[in-house]
Amino acid sequence: MITKTLLRAFDGKAIWVVAILLIIAVAVPASNLYLPVGHPLRVANHFVPLFGKYLTYAMLALALDLVWGYCGILSLGHGAFFALGGYAMGMYLMRQIGDRGVYANPILPDFMVFLNYQELPWFWHGFDMFWFAAIMVVLVPGLLAFVFGWFAFRSRVTGVYLSIITQAMTYALLLAFFRNDMGFGGNNGLTDFKDILGAPLQADTTRAALFAASAIALALAFIVCSAIVNSKLGKVLVAVRDAESRTRFLGYRVDNYKLFAFTASAVMAGIAGALYVPQVGIINPGEFAPANSIEIVIWTAVGGRGTLVGPIVGAVLVNAGKSWFTGVWPEFWLFALGGLFVAVTLFLPKGIVGALTQGWTALKARRTSARAEGGSDIAPEPSPAE
Amino acid sequence: MDQNHPPLLYLDGVSVSFDGFKAINNLSLIVQHGELQAIIGPNGAGKTTMMDIVTGKTRPDEGEVFFTGDIDLTRLDEAAIAELGIGRKFQKPTVFESHTVWDNLELALKKPRGVFSAWFYNSSKEDEERLEEILATIRLTVRRDELAANLSHGQKQWLEIGMLLAQDPKLLLVDEPVAGMTDAETVETARLLKEIAASRSVIVVEHDMSFIRDLAARVTVLAEGSVLAQGSLDHVSADPRVIESYLGR
Ligand SMILES: Nc1ncnc2c1ncn2[C@@H]1O[C@H](COP(=O)(O)OP(=O)(O)OP(=O)(O)O)[C@@H](O)[C@H]1O
Ligand SMILES: [Mg+2]
Repeated sequence: MITKTLLRAFDGKAIWVVAILLIIAVAVPASNLYLPVGHPLRVANHFVPLFGKYLTYAMLALALDLVWGYCGILSLGHGAFFALGGYAMGMYLMRQIGDRGVYANPILPDFMVFLNYQELPWFWHGFDMFWFAAIMVVLVPGLLAFVFGWFAFRSRVTGVYLSIITQAMTYALLLAFFRNDMGFGGNNGLTDFKDILGAPLQADTTRAALFAASAIALALAFIVCSAIVNSKLGKVLVAVRDAESRTRFLGYRVDNYKLFAFTASAVMAGIAGALYVPQVGIINPGEFAPANSIEIVIWTAVGGRGTLVGPIVGAVLVNAGKSWFTGVWPEFWLFALGGLFVAVTLFLPKGIVGALTQGWTALKARRTSARAEGGSDIAPEPSPAE
Repeated sequence: MDQNHPPLLYLDGVSVSFDGFKAINNLSLIVQHGELQAIIGPNGAGKTTMMDIVTGKTRPDEGEVFFTGDIDLTRLDEAAIAELGIGRKFQKPTVFESHTVWDNLELALKKPRGVFSAWFYNSSKEDEERLEEILATIRLTVRRDELAANLSHGQKQWLEIGMLLAQDPKLLLVDEPVAGMTDAETVETARLLKEIAASRSVIVVEHDMSFIRDLAARVTVLAEGSVLAQGSLDHVSADPRVIESYLGR
């Protein structure tokens, strides 16, 4: 029964996506580590963590798409789950520093010594062990999403109201993590990491391994999402998206379905955040900024929501564009991003991947018929039952 | 009510008001096991609101609503009521437009409704045969793989009736099933509903009098939120109050 569900995850294009991700997981690190410097096919050192970062963003966008594209929950707070996963990983990396910090305190991280902490706060215990941190990476975002979703979905908060309270959630966390007395390094966050599982973070091999881990994690997340959306569960999620109240009258507990998708999505976002932090070398409260969560929505919209490949493509393309833009024209990046979002909303309502799938000819045909019907070429809006 | 043979559905003294306007006013109604009952009445009489109350969408301000004698429907939500075996077709046909005809029926099929049962659901041979059977009944076999969005209005109405069949409820509430249908489709729908009512209870709300005549069912006339008259179609259409409030207009 479960094997069949898993097999369905590899239906159609999915197996190709997984194969490509696994090839990338091997090829990029191998080219960086084994090809001689200067070889045209070699991925330069600084690109490895950069591409690795894109992969974690892709996983984050995929997680958002599960709730937004398939279940119609527009979360504007997914950055919070990503950041919480990142903080859990950051706390582990902080404890790994040990007495190599500036103040050489074997237990307390530098910022605690600086702030005159006498002992480790209770919630920092256990983070010297990787397995414990790994559990927290999953548990903390998952639990927050579960509790938040439990209240929100049970009280039937939907649509724009739900989006607003998810923004409020990430904003509240931003303010909390900014405070020095929260015990998470305040404004500066956690940084100056030395090593992970005994391997130095600056080493090429460690970076290559983190890249491979990100690609594999993305492939696994893709398989899980594919197993969800290709099952009857996925059909119920789409039914909830398109006609929530109708789904209720069929006997489905819509709040449980939303809660499942929201929690699963938050867990994936948390894992993505945990892989992000060692590759960028820092986690600070800025990751909770409401604008970050909105950016995730833009990546997903650009790539194509309601498809599994779309958010991956969108996250990689938009962030590659951002890296390039901020290099040559930094002050215009936000305008470019906003313009991109408007353009995609107007001209590619299903995103790049959605548009490609339909094919250019089909797209043209639709344009003509949509014009004949009165000019609306936006995808049919969800129609509430009654 | 007779404690030994309680009716399937029992409404007593039900009232509900919206912003001070009494949409349902001291309504009492009984539906027996296996009964086909037609409900007619002018626009705004409260027919749809009555269905909202039975299916848990609207909570009555006062009054009792019991299912199979002992289940208080006013305490349950939509999903729980649907699980008990009360299915509903909406006035405005609502099918899942971005799903195929087949998937619409599969979603409705009577199966465990939990998240994980849905995730690990694999259709059995019996399930597929049942869906094929329903497809044949609602005449949509050739369109099984098409998106529901591409169906005509009448076909959507039929798909929704098919979804009700898949749900296999004890009680069906059918709100204006022939609105927007051709005459031939209307006759077919009456035949279909009679067939369905052979094995369960059905309440049909309609304005189309020839359709009601085809159903040959007991008729309840609602007006201003309460029952105005009850009986055969000929009986109620001879009632002067019914003529004044509804038929005569
Ligand atoms: N949720 C609501 N909020 C406010 N008023 C409502 C609501 N639902 C129904 N009403 C009002 O209650 C009255 C009864 O409406 P209802 O839809 O039950 O009528 P109906 O008998 O189904 O009419 P029709 O034949 O037009 O479908 C109407 O005046 C309607 O405007
Ligand atoms: Mg009505």
